Amino acid sequence: MSVAPAEVERPEADEVVVPDTPWVTIVWNDPVNLMSYVTYVFQKVFGYAKPRAEKLMLDVHHKGKAVVSSGTRESMERDAEVLHGYGLWATVSHDR
Amino acid sequence: MSDPGDDADAPEIAEETMAGFRRTARGVSARFTAGQAGILRSLVAQVAELVGGPGSAQAPPAESQQEPAGADGLPMDLAAILATDGPLAPPEDPVLARLLPDAYGDDPESAGEFRRYTEPGLRSGKVAAAQTVLATLPAAGGRVRLSTGDAEAWLRSLNDVRLALGVVLGITEDYEREFASTEPGDPREAYLHVYDFLTFLQETLVRALR
Repeated sequence: MSVAPAEVERPEADEVVVPDTPWVTIVWNDPVNLMSYVTYVFQKVFGYAKPRAEKLMLDVHHKGKAVVSSGTRESMERDAEVLHGYGLWATVSHDR
Repeated sequence: MSDPGDDADAPEIAEETMAGFRRTARGVSARFTAGQAGILRSLVAQVAELVGGPGSAQAPPAESQQEPAGADGLPMDLAAILATDGPLAPPEDPVLARLLPDAYGDDPESAGEFRRYTEPGLRSGKVAAAQTVLATLPAAGGRVRLSTGDAEAWLRSLNDVRLALGVVLGITEDYEREFASTEPGDPREAYLHVYDFLTFLQETLVRALR
């Protein structure tokens, strides 16, 4: 048995994004996630070296949020999806 | 975020302290008492069922599953401490809302669209991680040895359980000070011990993996 793939409708926004106004993935601070774990996730997901991952983690911790990646809307949604899999609170937004 | 620090004391739970995870030649390893294993299995199974629906915790069991026994015989029932009846439907359930968060803070339409594409995979990933824990942690406890792949699933599952407990208990950045003044007999107190135990376990697992 097979299931027909669902109609895929992407928002038109994709087509009007100008390359030099990228989308960003933001991670928000929360009281549960461990600092060590968040650093580990940034290294694992983005391949960041430990100092960079640690700095991002500290930005999230002290400033309440941090931009952890930027690029196309699709790739930011992929990043957010992966981060949600790790239990991080990630959102996507347009970096205007 | 929270940081138990380098010299955090191992929490005492189910009448025994534990050393947490440590690195071994082939992965990581930790020893669990039956009480610790029972609490963890119960909470992991509850999160799996909350995220994946009834039956989601019916992974290949490591041992025949016994009645989930909490420390001091507490019923480890998240819904009970949420003071709600029966299963909770998303997105109103605050625990599910945290485990399956919106990806667009101020754009409900995009958030709904993102959810439509990603939520099934997110749910099944969380259930799979929970099932890995249930399959590798015997109900009777004992020495648990994990490959780094299984350890990664444990990390995510422990984190999901801590996020769930965090919502239920109302964990804040300052929770240790806030809970220091709870009334004796506050039912949250026992769960706070469980939360601290899971924090310790996850922290030792992260450290063992890096």
